[in-house]
Amino acid sequence: MVITKKEIDRVCSLARLELSSSERDEFTCQIDSILGYVAKINELDTSDILPTSHPIPLTNVMREDEIGESLQIEDVMFNAPDAGRGYFRVPKIIE
Amino acid sequence: MNLEKLTCHEIHNLLKSKEITSLEVTSAVISRIEAKEPDVHAYITTTFDEALEQARIADKEISRGKELSPLTGIPIAIKDNMCTKGIKTTCGSKMLHNFIPPYDAFVIQRLKEAGAIIIGKTNMDEFAMGSSTENSYFGPTRNPWNLNTVPGGSSGGSAAAVAANEAILALGSDTGGSIRQPAALCGVVGFKPTYGRVSRFGLIAFASSLDQIGPITKDVTDCALLLNVICGYDPHDSTSVNRPIPDFTKSLINDISGIKIGIPDEYFIEGVDPEIRHSVEKTISAMEDLGAIRVRVSLPHTEYSVPTYYLIAPAEASSNLARYDGVQYGLRIQKEGLVDMYSHTRTQGFGNEVKRRIMIGTYALSAGYYDAYYLKALKVRTLIKQDFDEAFKKCDVLITPTSPTPAFKIGSKVSDPLSMYLSDIFTISGNLAGIPGVSIPCGQTQDGLPIGLQILAPLFGEERLLQTAYTIEQNINC
Repeated sequence: MVITKKEIDRVCSLARLELSSSERDEFTCQIDSILGYVAKINELDTSDILPTSHPIPLTNVMREDEIGESLQIEDVMFNAPDAGRGYFRVPKIIE
Repeated sequence: MNLEKLTCHEIHNLLKSKEITSLEVTSAVISRIEAKEPDVHAYITTTFDEALEQARIADKEISRGKELSPLTGIPIAIKDNMCTKGIKTTCGSKMLHNFIPPYDAFVIQRLKEAGAIIIGKTNMDEFAMGSSTENSYFGPTRNPWNLNTVPGGSSGGSAAAVAANEAILALGSDTGGSIRQPAALCGVVGFKPTYGRVSRFGLIAFASSLDQIGPITKDVTDCALLLNVICGYDPHDSTSVNRPIPDFTKSLINDISGIKIGIPDEYFIEGVDPEIRHSVEKTISAMEDLGAIRVRVSLPHTEYSVPTYYLIAPAEASSNLARYDGVQYGLRIQKEGLVDMYSHTRTQGFGNEVKRRIMIGTYALSAGYYDAYYLKALKVRTLIKQDFDEAFKKCDVLITPTSPTPAFKIGSKVSDPLSMYLSDIFTISGNLAGIPGVSIPCGQTQDGLPIGLQILAPLFGEERLLQTAYTIEQNINC
């Protein structure tokens, strides 16, 4: 096994996902076989190779900090599951 | 005349000569959608009323003698991961089942400026994760060539819509083959431009260093026309490339004499369907008859591209999809505590394939595994990119099959994610290297399923791709 059920639990807690016990078994098994397959890249010696995070050469793109047009507050809040007075409302987090 | 069967450039000529109206074309496409949708299910949302209204406006402008753009009055289908102001944009997910964007994606702004008519939003694998369009919250799309088979994915709705004449043109997005593979399986043209050519502003992110929007069309000419509209620099996308855009229709040249076509050994291997191999070989010979020069090349790290992709893409996805937390838009499952609300929302909002990839990506980026998985994959990405740099020293374009198999049966790979991942074995490297690629029809199997041929070019080699694809289309009876 590349990954254990305990590690799956840790990953789920990091990613804010919850699995039922049968899902936990199924996902562990599938992800184990996927990780076993992708581990193929370890056959390669990459000690002298630089990583590529982007396919084309890019440098930081800067612009002047100018006031531009922006969306109307009511258009932005339109999709909010719960909102009021121009704010997103969430469950209480401070006692 | 069945107007829905025509290409964009054919309709444009008829509109220009006032033989037909945009309203007639749009109505013909709508009737076709109404007839075919119960079988094909290419669309998540249709926008008939707005489309008819836009068609009337286009006709008024035409009758007033306004200069027509090649896309004026032409119905186009949009993959449902591109934001359309006021039109529901779901990304094929329960998480966004009710999301109505307050703005248009860059490509949508461009299409509207060009006078194109949005006819609907097409079905897709949830968050573009999949190769069959079976991972949609809204149910699968069926391949119009054989309704028991998949259309490919993740842009399966767009490819099926064009193949079934339910749209004249379509846009898809390609992260590991999601334009080219469904185009191959549905017998249409699918083009992934160079990374950075088309702005990703308003494209719902899956894997940001790989995602690219592109055309799905009935022929190569339409593909060039659509590229002319969607390519270009956009300051809203920090990876957009500020580089002049040629008139792509100038590359529709019927000539490949002297062009060096590279045939990579690693793409003609065991496991490629024999009928696909035969069709591609036959096309290569026909290209030689037209004066192309066949060159044998090697891309030695090809076997590492799927493993590399399935670390990098999930890693980027796990980060991109962290934003779906039930606060600002989309689904919320109300709970007493904040963290409970997050996890219930995400657990109920995402489907299984999305959860799998979030978990793989979270694992590959987590403390203790980052170097072994994610960083290692980025280094192998360099090797894959270098393979292409070396190969393109010897040839102008590469010719390969697009997909190792024709359209497969619905349900046949759903329970085995790894076998599904291998559907993209020939397209994934192109995304890792950022290079452009196109899939064009190249014959049919004995069962009557389409076969696709892939052409790849170096970074910003779109013009070469179009010229090669156009010459094959005009001369070779596949």
